[in-house]
Amino acid sequence: MPRLVEKHPLAIRWFHWLNFPVLALMIWSGLLIYWANDVYRLGWGDTTLLRFFPQSVYDVLHMDHKLAKGMSWHFVLMWVFALNGLLYVSYTLISGEWRYLVPQRGTLRSAWHTLLHDVGLRRDPPPPAKFNGAQQLAYTSVVLMGAGSLLTGLAIYKPTQLAGLTTALGGYEWARLEHFALTIGYVLFFLVHIAQVVRAGWNNFRAMVAGFEVVEDSAPTAAAAPLAAALDAASGSGNPMPAVPPLPMRP
Amino acid sequence: MQSESSLPQPPATPPAAAADVALEREVTRRSRRAFLVGGLAALAGLGGWRWLLGQPEVMGVPGPLRASLEANARVAATLLSPTQLAPEFPRSQARTPRANGSVGLDQPLDTAAWRLRVEGFGGQPVREFSLAELQALPRTEMTTELKCIEGWSTVVTWAGVRLTDFLVRYPLATLPSAETAPYVSLRTPDDAYYVGLDMASALHPQTLLCYEMNGRPLLPEHGAPLRLITPRKYGIKQLKRIGTLAFVAERPADYWAARGYDWHASL
Repeated sequence: MPRLVEKHPLAIRWFHWLNFPVLALMIWSGLLIYWANDVYRLGWGDTTLLRFFPQSVYDVLHMDHKLAKGMSWHFVLMWVFALNGLLYVSYTLISGEWRYLVPQRGTLRSAWHTLLHDVGLRRDPPPPAKFNGAQQLAYTSVVLMGAGSLLTGLAIYKPTQLAGLTTALGGYEWARLEHFALTIGYVLFFLVHIAQVVRAGWNNFRAMVAGFEVVEDSAPTAAAAPLAAALDAASGSGNPMPAVPPLPMRP
Repeated sequence: MQSESSLPQPPATPPAAAADVALEREVTRRSRRAFLVGGLAALAGLGGWRWLLGQPEVMGVPGPLRASLEANARVAATLLSPTQLAPEFPRSQARTPRANGSVGLDQPLDTAAWRLRVEGFGGQPVREFSLAELQALPRTEMTTELKCIEGWSTVVTWAGVRLTDFLVRYPLATLPSAETAPYVSLRTPDDAYYVGLDMASALHPQTLLCYEMNGRPLLPEHGAPLRLITPRKYGIKQLKRIGTLAFVAERPADYWAARGYDWHASL
């Protein structure tokens, strides 16, 4: 019979939803800055597959001649982005949530399984878990990308005063390219993330807003039972850290 | 289900159905609350955005954004080192930079008649220097990366006299009481382009009154006969064709800062 199971802690929901507009505005203000020297492209020699960006993109989004505006927004929102990210990572470490998020033994196998299932090459869904292997890889990667954006951003923000950092990242021009590539990475992450959220449905989406999911567990299987126990333990008021980290993979 | 069994009488509806109703109620209650709070937070965010955009502008950007640019400069001054040296490169990597920006360079240039006009701190008499007098001072050469605020950069070999060396020979930034000017103002001869520097940046060992680029006298479009070079700042601060160098008590006007850019433009 259906029951209500806690999924995402309140703090993580706030971090997640604050990050969404802040990252969107960082990308917007970053594009205002990038416009002033929009030299990147995908291609080789004289062949260009994709230019970042065609003039029409700037025209449609009214992004031309706003370098000063872009910089002033970028350099205030960077604090919100950085602090929110640091608080999120600290929270996952202290609360034990990191155990669900960080790739572990079996993550690659589960991620492959998830991918095959998602593209329709495998019927059975990946074993039930708070986050499957593909999610663990994606959510850990995107946090590392955030750290990368902070570091490459600092390297191009203060390339003289942080000359060591800039040099370590390959110099000023490489750091700028890395900073840009990470931004493209967020956009790709966002597209896949939205598609997956739509696929996963309302119950899953609501969990990121209200915190809980409604689960059917009329006949707990051998694999699901320890998971349910772990989820119960994780949602318990007293000790948010399960004594045994859930490893819901089948042997 | 344990609470159900402790009821004195069997409930009117089967336990499973009652639990379903209770679950439904709980789901609705929590969802409604969460989406309401989320909606209010989104509205608050939008309201904050509109408030910020409605604030009076200070030098081309809304006041709070200008204040945060200044706060960032204070944080950088506290956490980072103003004396940190910019990386230097082999001379072989030097290239000719793009000649961006010609504000202040419109008048014809007469190098022979040109003089650097220096307004000393605290009302000292104005002094004038010919290029030859400046070239007689210790010459410093360095190969550093010129960074335009637009986002491009070029490695260039510059040569000139360090502003510190100039001030050792001509202590025009200092009063007899040893008080030093907190700011430096630089202007083109026609006063069309002007920048301000804080004294720490002016005294940085890589801040040059520069007269040579890549081994040759400066070209007119790159600031002949004398320009400022400081790899601590974006190119917008590295004024071409210096007409006046003034040591002042108040933060000087700055051409691009007045048009929405960070006054410090520090790297």
